[in-house]
Amino acid sequence: MIKVLAKSIREYKAASILTPIFVSFEVILECLIPFIVAMLVNAIDVNIEAGETIELSEILMYGGILLATSFASLACGALSGAFCAKASAGFAKNLRKDLYYGIQDFSFENIDKFSTPSLVTRMTTDVTNVQFAYMMIIRIAIRSPLMMIFSLIMTFIMGGNLGWIFVGVIPPLTAILLIIMLKVMPLFKRLFKRYDNLNESIQENIRGMRVVKSFVREDYEKRKFDKAATELQVDFTKAERILAWSNPVMQLFFYGVLSSVLFVGSYMILKSSGTTLNVGDVSQLIVYGMQILMSLMMFSMVFVMIVMSIESARRICEILEEKSTLSSPENAVHEVKDGSIDFDGVNFKYSLAAERNVLEGVDLHIKSGETIGIIGGTGSSKTSLVNLISRLYDVTEGDVKVGGVDVREYDLNSLRNQVAVVLQKNELFTGTIKENLRWGNPDATDEELVEACKLAQADEFVTSFPDGYDTHIEQGGANVSGGQKQRLCIARALLKKPKILILDDSTSAVDTRTDALIRKAFREYIPETTKIIIAQRTSSVEDADRIVIMNGGKIDAVGTHAELLGKNEIYTEVYNTQNKGGDDNGK
Amino acid sequence: MANKAVGKRPPVKKGVLGRVIKTLFKFYPKMTAFALFFVVCNAVISSLPSIFMERVFTVVGDAIKAVNSGLVSDAWAAYGGEIIKYMLTLIGLYVFSLISGAIYKQFMAIITQGYLKKMREMMFNGMQDLPIRYFDTNKNGDIMSYYTNDMDSLRQMISESIPQLLISGIMVLTLFIIMLWYSLWLTLVVLVGVVIIMLVTKTVGGGAGKYFVGQQKAMGRVEGFVEEMLNGQKVVKVFCHEEEAKADFDKVNDYWYDQSNRANRYANMLMPILGNIGHVLYVLIATLGGVFILQGVGNVSIGTAVGSVLPVFGVALVIAFLQMTRQFCNNINQVSNQVNSVVMGLAGASRIFALIDEKSEVDDGYVMLVNAKEENGELVECEEHTGLWAWKHPHGDGTVTYTRLMGDIEMHEVDFSYDGEKYVLHDVSVFAKPGQKVAFVGATGAGKTTITNLINRFYDIADGKIRYDGININKIKKADLRRSLGIVLQETNLFTGTVMDNIRYGKLDATDEECIAAAKLAGADDFITRLPDGYNTMLSGNGANLSQGQRQLVAIARAAVADPPVMILDEATSSIDTRTEAIVSRGMDALMQGRTVFVIAHRLSTVKNSDVIIVLDHGRIIERGSHEKLIEQKGQYYQLYTGAFELE
Repeated sequence: MIKVLAKSIREYKAASILTPIFVSFEVILECLIPFIVAMLVNAIDVNIEAGETIELSEILMYGGILLATSFASLACGALSGAFCAKASAGFAKNLRKDLYYGIQDFSFENIDKFSTPSLVTRMTTDVTNVQFAYMMIIRIAIRSPLMMIFSLIMTFIMGGNLGWIFVGVIPPLTAILLIIMLKVMPLFKRLFKRYDNLNESIQENIRGMRVVKSFVREDYEKRKFDKAATELQVDFTKAERILAWSNPVMQLFFYGVLSSVLFVGSYMILKSSGTTLNVGDVSQLIVYGMQILMSLMMFSMVFVMIVMSIESARRICEILEEKSTLSSPENAVHEVKDGSIDFDGVNFKYSLAAERNVLEGVDLHIKSGETIGIIGGTGSSKTSLVNLISRLYDVTEGDVKVGGVDVREYDLNSLRNQVAVVLQKNELFTGTIKENLRWGNPDATDEELVEACKLAQADEFVTSFPDGYDTHIEQGGANVSGGQKQRLCIARALLKKPKILILDDSTSAVDTRTDALIRKAFREYIPETTKIIIAQRTSSVEDADRIVIMNGGKIDAVGTHAELLGKNEIYTEVYNTQNKGGDDNGK
Repeated sequence: MANKAVGKRPPVKKGVLGRVIKTLFKFYPKMTAFALFFVVCNAVISSLPSIFMERVFTVVGDAIKAVNSGLVSDAWAAYGGEIIKYMLTLIGLYVFSLISGAIYKQFMAIITQGYLKKMREMMFNGMQDLPIRYFDTNKNGDIMSYYTNDMDSLRQMISESIPQLLISGIMVLTLFIIMLWYSLWLTLVVLVGVVIIMLVTKTVGGGAGKYFVGQQKAMGRVEGFVEEMLNGQKVVKVFCHEEEAKADFDKVNDYWYDQSNRANRYANMLMPILGNIGHVLYVLIATLGGVFILQGVGNVSIGTAVGSVLPVFGVALVIAFLQMTRQFCNNINQVSNQVNSVVMGLAGASRIFALIDEKSEVDDGYVMLVNAKEENGELVECEEHTGLWAWKHPHGDGTVTYTRLMGDIEMHEVDFSYDGEKYVLHDVSVFAKPGQKVAFVGATGAGKTTITNLINRFYDIADGKIRYDGININKIKKADLRRSLGIVLQETNLFTGTVMDNIRYGKLDATDEECIAAAKLAGADDFITRLPDGYNTMLSGNGANLSQGQRQLVAIARAAVADPPVMILDEATSSIDTRTEAIVSRGMDALMQGRTVFVIAHRLSTVKNSDVIIVLDHGRIIERGSHEKLIEQKGQYYQLYTGAFELE
């Protein structure tokens, strides 16, 4: 996991290495400070009655050294802080970039695996967690142990055997802190999950308030909530109370160290009459003691944070390691000869583990320039069928040819540029209508845009907007109606000037008259383009050259409207429900 | 971490802090008082060690002097007793501090979690009683953030910030007094240092704050961008638009990096800067102390005024001062850190209290729905469930009349406006006899859903009258009115739980058999039994593991099990394809049998067999009649039906 993540450090390697280096310098300097302070204190701690005098120059010298050390430490600290910010922010940036770029290369199969919200969380919250952990690792996780080690060394240099007090304190304190943390962490992890569940059920409740109120379930919801909230409170309190011990334990050890150093120190001074140890040393030993204990606590905190971020790191890696299931072959074919399509013995299922094929034994041959209608109920695999043409998925068995060449031999971009698909779940993006249309062809002239919109019967309503083609489309195309959105999507696909055009239920919200006009325009202006139209309404496919009836993943029948009506059961049923206007569905 | 909060200061209403404290005392009167007491003890005691250090060091100094001048030979024998005396007092204080610290921490854990739970419950229970208008006018995400973000900042404030602020505040105060006790001059030096520290914190912290806000914005931008692009990822793929999508992403991503880098740079630099200002202060105190001792400068302080501190500087005093300087600086930093999160917590509390204070839905209804049975041709109220329901209508003169629940709904010349200005319904009259099916047809915004909102009194009409079985619905208790109406909404909302639980939501005491029967009626049984765990399949995330059509079938079954005399189906079949709908509509027809039904449907094939079809346009009824009659009229409905018009 670390290896996968580390790949994203790249240009921030220098900053990532400089940070701990400067941190080390900072720590060393910081550890020297109490030492120098002790010398300064000892310089003023002279026995005047014994005839010694305080040397002002000595005080000023130590003061000067101290100031210089302080500023050097400040500089190192500030630099390490700045490098750390750069390294972690940069690492996070690269992680997001790698995630996003990775997703861009995903195939449809990969995309189906992850929901959009889960991807968004990974790119925002999870990356931020990892960024924070990274910041901790290269700075605090280096700083605390170093600080501890150097402080310990200094205590031995200054206090001699007094240093053993500190050595003695570290293992039990570490053990107790770790025990508390390890005991509490899994507890909190579970609790936070339950806390999330509680919040999710609140969210559900807010969203479904109309249902709650319609069924008069307010009291029921209150009882349900009370039960969940109380359980959570009881368990959270338990966990918090264990955690609450860490603070007094820290204090206990701190006080213990403080009093023993003070006591033993005084004892040693007095016993040796001030020769082995002096007041300045003892006072600074206490400072070192504080530093050691603080570092220990920092380290245990950082440890917890890092452990907490592991889950986020894992979720990020899941995406980074996801390999696209589709890629262009070597020596790929770049030229699509014509718009003919051949399905030969195609079986298809979305995952190899699936029991049933979604498409079963499909043989279908479409000539270039033909118009094909496809009709069938939900789950009859109409969309699955057309998705194979532009190689959005790979067949499980058999093959699909476009222009006489197996789709797996094409360069993906070349193939998809010639096979335009207007998806069932279609999207417009924030930006002007023009910008949206140019997705089809970034170099299209304004005239070409208008022409495409005219074919798609969109020009009329676009020009009726005050800003015309510069009208701003809101996120998800929220400010145009469903029918208008569909027509813009068709225009966008037309701008690719494809050899094959696939409309996957793309005129469902368009009225029948406009629908007919669009098809008429197709016939007249792009006759060479192969057109495949999936529709719910039989009126949308009546005038197609051939109509394919899909049922349960198999081709039920192929024929013209006249051939199918009255002879094919499904087609006739659909046609009748839509056209007879009678009460034939039930009574 | 506290830096996250810097610079972002949302509004805090006046008196919120008072209210938080008041509620704390209300929920846990004794425990809060005890916790407070121990917090104060802990803080005061924690600032005392320096005094004993000064005492011990003074004794040590005296001892050394005594040895050097030959007065005593064994310093420990002579002065050890005094040192032990101080040490024992010190240890005694420590023990007390430890005990008080442990107790207040334990109490705080209990109080915090209990307080949060009570607040959460107050919010949730209050929310259940709010009118639908509140949910229509506030974004779900905003309401949700009261429970998540605001609750979190409240927790942070109660469990950490306030106690810490209290401790630090008390320690700063105690230390300040002790410092003044020892030396005025050195205290002044420390004060100057503190002012500098505060200035630096403000500048650097402010810089960090500014960029942290920027970072938050940048994050929002990336989030929005990624969400939109990933939602349309399949479109990106079919248009080979990947490279452009990457380039656009880089722009927003780089901006985030820039803001995050700056924010963290400031924040990371704050610690070394503050720490080293502390050191400089240290140097100043030590040097000045030395100079004062050397020059024999007279010491002025409260202690000297009282006469218990010598009016000259000694090394023990300087050392104690150094210790106090460190503690003083640390606590000043603590205070400035906590202030921000207290402000955040109070802002959160303001919003939480605002939700709690929100006015509940008013219900002046007094007509109740009761079980009834027929005795001698008259309706009599009874306890047991008879399957027969009656409206119990108490009158002003003390008499009570019972009206049989039939499902007869009449709307007379109803006008309605959501905001009191723009009317969305004008002069709407609809009559639905028991067992009739009434359909509403019209474009989005024509007022179809509004009508159903009025029947179950999610909103109250501005003018006109709505009667249910001849009773003005304003007189009926809302709960009873709603119980008599079944609703299947366009946007299906399922709850976390099994499929069975979700169906049972319609009637909490329904047996498994009743639920399954309802599912069969709705045509949902078929797919449910094919789910991995059948009726016990867990649903979560609003039934994310079901298709939209299947969710609607469950919602229909849920309404079916409630078995109300009146049903409102708002686009209930919009997501089911024509062929599946044929199956569902059989179930729906069975469900509608013998009930008054209001249908709103996009697809006209579903409303064809209604008794009355009402065509709405901009809040007015423009056509009404049966399918055949409207087709004959060749008006709006005819145009819609033949597909000459686009709906929406």
